[in-house]
Amino acid sequence: MACFLVPAAEAIVLTIARKVMLKEKDSDASKPVSAESVKIPFSRKLKWLTNLLWGGSALLAFEHVWHGEVTPWFPFLTAAADPGDAAEMLHEMATSGVAMAILVTIVWLAMLAVTGAAEKKEIEARLAAR
Amino acid sequence: MTLLTTVFAAIVCTIVWYKNMPDDKMKVGILCFMYWGASLMWLIDAIAEYLEVQAEYFNPDPLSMLNDLYLGLSVVALGLIIWLAILLVKDPKGALRAALFKGK
Repeated sequence: MACFLVPAAEAIVLTIARKVMLKEKDSDASKPVSAESVKIPFSRKLKWLTNLLWGGSALLAFEHVWHGEVTPWFPFLTAAADPGDAAEMLHEMATSGVAMAILVTIVWLAMLAVTGAAEKKEIEARLAAR
Repeated sequence: MTLLTTVFAAIVCTIVWYKNMPDDKMKVGILCFMYWGASLMWLIDAIAEYLEVQAEYFNPDPLSMLNDLYLGLSVVALGLIIWLAILLVKDPKGALRAALFKGK
């Protein structure tokens, strides 16, 4: 009904957080490059998650338009017009929507674990090469 | 069927992305994220439906299957359109810029 709104909300929050992070990083640009420059910046890793969330939400929003659950006119969500349907919609958002956001975040965390291990290997290899 | 179509699109895009690594001038990574994100979200939908209808989930009637396939293909097309728009706006190869301002 409107489950895609939960991952979309997460995407909005994380995109803003990333923008703030990048702004702060820009002000630190004068700092010397550390030995850990091999590591992928967290802002870039966060972009993977926002890309997953934005992309998934956009395609799911299209599916909802397809099924007539989202309309281009007020109240935009057909379920919002009826209190009974609205309650069902909120229940779906709380169950499926939250589960979607959690699953995508778990997959992203797994990606972080894999890239973290790869970074560690790369640092060790560079240190051994010295 | 929509989930299956999107998963196949995600797999194909990931193979193309990996083949072109470390260069991602065509920004195929965006497509990968988009299709994988949607696949994960539809997986939750599929699990919820499976819990509701049990084994019947795997025996959809032909008409709904066809509609789902139609939706899946439309989703893949929409993903490609979004990717194309991003590609043309960002113009990572600079080809569009070069063509537009040729001789100026």
